[in-house]
Amino acid sequence: MPEAASIARPDGWQILKRNRTALIALGFLAGLSLVAIVVPMLLPEALKLTSSNSFVPPSAAHYLGTDVNGQDMLYRLLSGARVSLGVGLVGALISLGIGTLYGMISGYAGGRIDGVMMRTIEVLQSVPRILFIMILIAALDDYVKEWVDGWRFSAEAKGWAWTAKAMTDLKAYSKVMVMVVSLGLVEWLTMARIVRGQVLVLREMTFVTAARAMGQSPWGVLWRHLLPNLSTIILTYLTLTIPAVILDESLLSFLGLGIEDPAASWGSLLKDGAQVINPIESKWWLLVFPALLMSASLLALNFLGDGLRDAFDPKSGE
Amino acid sequence: MLAFFLRRAFSSVIVIFCVISITFVLARITPGGPFDKEKEPPKHVKEALEKKYKLSGTLWQQYTSYVSSLAHLDLGLSTKYRDWSVAELLKQKMPNSFALGALAFVIASCAGVTLGSLAAMKRDTWIDRSAMFGALLTISIPSFISGPFLIAIFALGLGWLPVGGWGTLQQMILPGLCLAAPYIAYVARLMRNSLLDVLKSDFLRTARAKGLSETQAVVRHAVKVAILPVVTFLGPLAAHLLTGSMIVENVFNISGAGMVFVNSIQNRDVFLLGGAVIVYCVLLVLFNLLVDVMYTLLDKRIKLYA
Repeated sequence: MPEAASIARPDGWQILKRNRTALIALGFLAGLSLVAIVVPMLLPEALKLTSSNSFVPPSAAHYLGTDVNGQDMLYRLLSGARVSLGVGLVGALISLGIGTLYGMISGYAGGRIDGVMMRTIEVLQSVPRILFIMILIAALDDYVKEWVDGWRFSAEAKGWAWTAKAMTDLKAYSKVMVMVVSLGLVEWLTMARIVRGQVLVLREMTFVTAARAMGQSPWGVLWRHLLPNLSTIILTYLTLTIPAVILDESLLSFLGLGIEDPAASWGSLLKDGAQVINPIESKWWLLVFPALLMSASLLALNFLGDGLRDAFDPKSGE
Repeated sequence: MLAFFLRRAFSSVIVIFCVISITFVLARITPGGPFDKEKEPPKHVKEALEKKYKLSGTLWQQYTSYVSSLAHLDLGLSTKYRDWSVAELLKQKMPNSFALGALAFVIASCAGVTLGSLAAMKRDTWIDRSAMFGALLTISIPSFISGPFLIAIFALGLGWLPVGGWGTLQQMILPGLCLAAPYIAYVARLMRNSLLDVLKSDFLRTARAKGLSETQAVVRHAVKVAILPVVTFLGPLAAHLLTGSMIVENVFNISGAGMVFVNSIQNRDVFLLGGAVIVYCVLLVLFNLLVDVMYTLLDKRIKLYA
């Protein structure tokens, strides 16, 4: 099998290396992800539990203070980072899968199929998505909870302690699962449009004609020859979709429609922080630390995405 | 032109119809009906309630009765706020959201166009760079972060503006600014990129050649053309402001349509939810249509000028 044909394109890493801000942003995000995964495992168990020491200002015992339940803010913040970044990444990946497939089929099929598929996207774009997500989550959440409970009971009945415990843990995060899927299902429209535009250009290239002449099936052409050439642009828009999904998730959690205690995300932490602002006694640490970490992460993601887009797709500036 | 609008109107009606149908079905299949309380009401009471609110029978019967009452322009009754009709509730709450959205719309478009033009004219100077960095920064700070900080700084710290309340212009400044901030940035970026392209064009060289100063050339000629991409963004902008006001209403405790929407989901208030969704969808469709009209109008003027 011959190597996949490829139009000359600069090495992504080379371009990224020249853009110092994007590189710093990448470093920051990698570091944050590592800290968010590793540090909560190293923290002493006592810090993670609720205690009577609520609203302790930052001190040597609690570096970032404690919240209303007396839980350590550093732990809450980092487990919130896990959830927010995880939701952003998985939601964006789902939207990537749907958007890429949809865009590739639409662009490669062309003609009437393309017309219908693109009209559909235009129609979907005029639907207020965030409202739709809210309704979808409210509708699906209880079903997923029941399903998880069903698994837990059957596991307990059979004496599978590990599965039962996993299901108990999962229940706190069941809304996250519903949220990830719902967000992924609605955020793919931009990706599909971009991919389709690129496929329209690529399918006229001679290597595609050659592949077809050699008897490749349409799926073979899409998979072996077009997808490798789309990878950079997909990666770029993946980077730009992640902050969008993170924002949606935290917006829902801020309104109390998203993640529920005891699980936390940046949005739910900010909700708790915003509730305690008052002129008499300021509990600033509940608001400042989540706000700083979330803004810095979104800024880094946007810098990285913009840098990648300028490098690979210079014409598509907003 | 007419055919275009008829087609648009037709597809809009279909979209709204689909959204209503999906909303209604999702809201009705969700476990926990509007009349479920912690203390289960007697069966005959619940049945009477369901009958009164036309929620008895199969899902299909409920759906058809809802659609037929919609066809008679009747949005139904709220199941949570007894004795209130959905239309009355929305009529009471919508103006607040509308005022907030309109204020944010004016702030975002005016400040965005000004900042973007300034950045393009002073390209690659510190003005440009700081404006564009500021834009990326504000895009990265969602309104539920900026809101509490605006309150803490300008209301609690400096005491310049009131903390909450709604009605006077002073009380509207902070919420309006909070809602508009990210969109100032979007508009400014759009305006800068578009003006940079226009500044290179021939007709602007002519304008400079006939002796206009750079500022005059930009204000009199370039802005009119460069603003077109911004105009296309105004439709989505209005939509974002509409849905974004939910958060700002929450942060600043404003009793508007966004709160109605969020509460109606939590209360399983089917008809109120449906009514709010209809209002949002109709407004969105209208905004998009309006943008298309404006675009064709502006387009003609360009042809005239070019």
